[in-house]
Amino acid sequence: MNMIFNWKFAASILPALSQAGVVSVWITFVSFILALVIGLPLLLLRRSSIAPLAKTTALGVDFIRNTPLLVQLFFLFFVLPDIGIKLTPVATGIIAMSLHYGCYMSEVYRAGLEAVPKGQWDAATALGFSGVHAYRSVILPQAIPPIIPAAGNYLIHMFKDTPLLASISVVELMFVSAQIGSDHFQYLEPISICGLLFLAMSLAGAELVFCTEWAIGRKWRRKW
Amino acid sequence: MEAEVVGTTATGQCHVHFCKVTKRFGTRTVLDGFNLEVPKKEKLALIGPSGSGKSTVLRILMTLEDVQQGDVLIGGEYLWRHAGAKSEAASEKDRRRIRQRVGMVFQQFNLFPHMTAVRNIAEAPIKVLGLPREEAYAQAISLLDKVGLRDKADAYPAFLSGGQQQRVAIARTLAMKPEIILLDEVTSALDPELVGEVLNVIRLIAQESDLTILIVTHQMGFAREFANRICFLENGQIIEQGPPDQFLDYPKSERTKAFLRAVLAG
Repeated sequence: MNMIFNWKFAASILPALSQAGVVSVWITFVSFILALVIGLPLLLLRRSSIAPLAKTTALGVDFIRNTPLLVQLFFLFFVLPDIGIKLTPVATGIIAMSLHYGCYMSEVYRAGLEAVPKGQWDAATALGFSGVHAYRSVILPQAIPPIIPAAGNYLIHMFKDTPLLASISVVELMFVSAQIGSDHFQYLEPISICGLLFLAMSLAGAELVFCTEWAIGRKWRRKW
Repeated sequence: MEAEVVGTTATGQCHVHFCKVTKRFGTRTVLDGFNLEVPKKEKLALIGPSGSGKSTVLRILMTLEDVQQGDVLIGGEYLWRHAGAKSEAASEKDRRRIRQRVGMVFQQFNLFPHMTAVRNIAEAPIKVLGLPREEAYAQAISLLDKVGLRDKADAYPAFLSGGQQQRVAIARTLAMKPEIILLDEVTSALDPELVGEVLNVIRLIAQESDLTILIVTHQMGFAREFANRICFLENGQIIEQGPPDQFLDYPKSERTKAFLRAVLAG
C-alpha cells in the first residue's frame, strides 16, 4: 500500500469523480424540493382538527424520523420487491430521502408557524382577512424567513447523507470513489477527493443558504 | 340573506348589546352573566382590575373569543344567540359581515412587521374589501396624514417608535371604515412620553366621526375627558357605572373607591 499521494492518479480519476458528484448534487436537490413539498401536507394533516388523522400523521412522522435512513433505504430496495414493487436505485434513493427529510421539514414548518405571534392572527381576523388571505398576506411571509436556516441545514445534511445511497448501488460520488479504490487497490486518492468534494459543495451550499436568508426579509428586520 | 334583526323596542337603538353573557376559559369564569348596552355614537370607557374581563368584552365583539351563554348583538344582529343551555355562534358568513362593522386596536399594536406603514393600512382594503390598489394606497396616505405620519409611509414597523406604530395601527383600523372601534389598552405598552400623541389621535377621530367607541384604559384623566360613560368591571360583572364626573368624583361602592384610590395613587 502506497501512502504517498499520487497526483497523477488523482488527476486521472478527477473527471469520473466530478461526474459522480454531479449525480449526488442533483439527487440532493430533487429530494430536497420533494421534501419541501411533502412537509406541507404532513404539517396540515398534523394540525388537522380531525383527531385520528392528526394522531396517525404524528405517529408516522415520528416513526420515520426515528428510524435510520439506511434501514429505510434497505426496506424500500430489498423488501418492497417481495410484494411486487420494484424501483430503480435512483428512484428508491429519492423517495427515501424526500420522505425522511419531508418529515423533518414538517417540523421545521411547524416551528416557523408557531413563531408567528398570536397577535398577528388577532390583527388579521380583526381586519376581516379570510383564512387563506391571512396565511398568504400575514402569516407565511413571517413564518418563512426564520425557517430558512433550519431548512438549509437539512439541505446540507441531506447532501451528506447521499453516500448512504451507495449501499443500494446508486452511482453517486461515494459509490464511484469506492469502486475506483477497489479497482486500483488505491483508496487514498479517491476517498480524499471524495471528502474534499463533499466539503467544497457543502460549504458552497451553506453560502447559498446564507445568501438566501440575507436576501429574504432583510428589509423589515431591524439590524442592530 | 337577511340576518334576523331584533325589534326596535329594547335594542333597536343599541349598537352593542350583551345579555347575560357568560364566558369561561376552562374552569375560570371571566364574564359572569354580563349585561351591557351601548347606544350608537357612545364613547364608553371600561375600567377595572386586570382579569376583570374588560378586554374579553372587546375580544368577544371582535369575534376573537367565543362565549358559553347569553346573547351578543352588534347593530341588531346576533353574533351569539342563547338557545337551550348554551349560546350558538352566528354562521361564518354572518360573522364575517358583522366583523366588518367592527375594528380593533390592540395593546401590542400588532402591525404586520413585513409591510411598510402604508401597506399595513392598504392591505386589508385591497384584499378584504376589493378596493383598487391605487385607491387603497391613496386612502392609506391620507389616513397617515391624519395621524401625522405621512413622512413614514415607507417605513417598516421596526423602524417606528411605539407611539408611531400605534398611530399606524389606528389608521389601519380606520381604513376598513368600521362603525364601532374597540381600543384595548392602546397606550399601556407605550413609554409615558409617547402616550399623548396616541391619545391626541383618538380625540381627533372621535371628534370627526360618528363612531361608537369602546375603550379599555387605565388612563383615568383621559376617560374623564373622552368618555360619555365609565363602567367599572370586577369578576366579570359591571359593579358600577355612570357619567365620568359623577363616577370618578362620587363613586358609590367601596370596591370602586378602593380601585380608584389605587389607580390614582399610581
